[in-house]
Amino acid sequence: MSRELILDKVRRALGRTKGQPPPPLPPARICVPQTDVESRVACMLAKVEALAGKTFLAATLAEAAAYTASVVNGRDAVASNAPFLRECGVTALPGVRTGVTDRLALRELCATCAVGITSADYALADTGTLVMLSSGREARMISLLPPTHIAIVPRERILSGLDELLSVLPLPAEQTSSMVLITGPSRTADIEQILVRGVHGPGEIHVVVV
Amino acid sequence: MSVVFDEKINQTLGDERLQLAIYTATARLMDKRKHALEGDNLPEYQELRDCAKALKKHTIDNLDHYLEQLESNVVAHGGKVVFCSDAAEVSDFVLKLAKERGARLIVKSKSMTTEEIDLNERLEHHNLEAVETDLGEYILQLAHERPYHIVAPALHKTRYQVADLFEEKLGVPNETVIEKQTMIARRVLREKFLAADIGISGANFLIADSGAVVLVENEGNARLSTSAPKIHIAVAGIEKLIPRARDLAVFLKLLGRSATGQPLTVYTSFLSGPRRGEEIDGPGEFYLVLLDNGRTKLLQDPGKRESLYCIRCGACLNHCPVYRKIGGHSFPWVYSGPIGAIITPQFMGLNHEPGLPFASSLCGACAEVCPVKIDIPKILLELRADITAAKERSGEGGMERMAFRAFAWIMRHPKVYEMAGRVASLLAPASSSGWLRKVPAIMNIPPVRAWLSQRDLPAPPQQSFRQQWRTRVPRTDSR
Ligand code: SF4
Repeated sequence: MSRELILDKVRRALGRTKGQPPPPLPPARICVPQTDVESRVACMLAKVEALAGKTFLAATLAEAAAYTASVVNGRDAVASNAPFLRECGVTALPGVRTGVTDRLALRELCATCAVGITSADYALADTGTLVMLSSGREARMISLLPPTHIAIVPRERILSGLDELLSVLPLPAEQTSSMVLITGPSRTADIEQILVRGVHGPGEIHVVVV
Repeated sequence: MSVVFDEKINQTLGDERLQLAIYTATARLMDKRKHALEGDNLPEYQELRDCAKALKKHTIDNLDHYLEQLESNVVAHGGKVVFCSDAAEVSDFVLKLAKERGARLIVKSKSMTTEEIDLNERLEHHNLEAVETDLGEYILQLAHERPYHIVAPALHKTRYQVADLFEEKLGVPNETVIEKQTMIARRVLREKFLAADIGISGANFLIADSGAVVLVENEGNARLSTSAPKIHIAVAGIEKLIPRARDLAVFLKLLGRSATGQPLTVYTSFLSGPRRGEEIDGPGEFYLVLLDNGRTKLLQDPGKRESLYCIRCGACLNHCPVYRKIGGHSFPWVYSGPIGAIITPQFMGLNHEPGLPFASSLCGACAEVCPVKIDIPKILLELRADITAAKERSGEGGMERMAFRAFAWIMRHPKVYEMAGRVASLLAPASSSGWLRKVPAIMNIPPVRAWLSQRDLPAPPQQSFRQQWRTRVPRTDSR
């Protein structure tokens, strides 16, 4: 109802006419540094640890599964439907449930599980960030509701940083309704500026690089 | 300056605990920002600021184009855009939707825009429960207070106040350990997230080429609010636009560092439309409410238009010597600090609090730290001029004008100036401290009294500078 009114006010305030094209936009500032995979892995692990996340560098898929099993440690866990997790053998671990595709059923499960296990579409080395694109393979809730989040990432998925992500994915909305960058465990400092982890999201995060 | 403004300032200045709280919180945020920008941490910082300002200028100068682009992309991804002129239109929209969907419970993630329009009160008035889920905002909602700071909303509350508040409102035992308080809030709010019908968020950025809303946060409550309920409504001012997703490479680097010294906040969500095809979870409906509420009026003034570039990082508050003394609640509207001082008069009208643009030392710290380089002191000066001009038009401020004219005349006439100085030192009462505690009776008029109530006036010296100059400098002889 107010659409035309507001757009009209905007145009009048700016002295523009309807449909008038804007002058050329300044070019996007994207600078992707040259890095090799070894240094990206090292940087990723260091940054996650600096944020109080835990890390593990797995030489094989089996090692990644073994580490995951040690963290899950008999508790209830929910794993995403990412094929990579099945390849690792994580979905076959005791206590781990997977393959849920119903929205409410998955939410209920995530609300009661101690651990959520996902892969990540990308990771950003220079900030220690996981990039999660919502899809049939990765749900939003698994990295959000359980108090502990384990992300198992193939090392070639680690990009140098935000600039590289945006050059690989210049239009994230074409792929998914939700892209989330996760940088360390959930935290707050709202009471007396004292840092507390795990306020709403997971307070414990494990990044496993394979 | 209004009486209310004056009283609130005096209250804050007189509260030692509060002074310490503001001082330490802002100092910590300043330190974190400084660390995040120093050395090799972000060598391209100044270049990024220039880029950010240029991008914002371009977007705001062509806002209608980008609004239409945004809208068509939101729609292309299955969302709906609702343009609203004011607070009533936003609440009417939410109420109508809630009624149609049979919704009762709304979870909200931190949004200054919804604070601006008192959305919670409006919804609660119609028996909808709207729960703030950011920890700081939740505390303030329980206390019925508005945010003290745009980034750290509850920085004025102590753990003991929170303990009493939780005990009273939630019926839990008095708990003063901050970790445990946080876990109480987690438990209570977790239930709300899972039961809520609608999630309302703000937006840190709106992305025109993607039809997306970008939210940055540390707690995870924005992710929960926008992903757990069936319906997501994002409420944003029309100025939040940036043209491209790729421009986040500029803005995200600046926002986190300027606000809390974080290269990236814990969660950055890039949301566009409802859940799609294969996706397992996420909302089934997505609405983007675009709010005017005075912004188009502000847009008319090319000199002050840059006020709309603000990305609400809070850096100008932390660095402002005035904010650091008078605190957030002294400010007359939800936006406090330097940014509040320039947008309040432009949104609410010059008369809302005519003293506000004058409550600044014009030190320039705000402009120096602003990541989008808003020239706040310049805009403050322009607002002062506007207020003075308005006064003049209404015939007010005659005395002040006369006084300043007289002052200017004296300053232009050295002889008169010197004489006035001599008269003043003759009249001035003797003072051993070097400061005047009271002024001579004939000068003891209300404006002078008011001025002196907050300031010390140095006692006039025995000899003026001119007199000393004449006696001390030996005349050079003609040799
Ligand atoms: S005016 Fe600048 S410094 Fe202040 S909150 Fe806005 S962006 Fe940050």
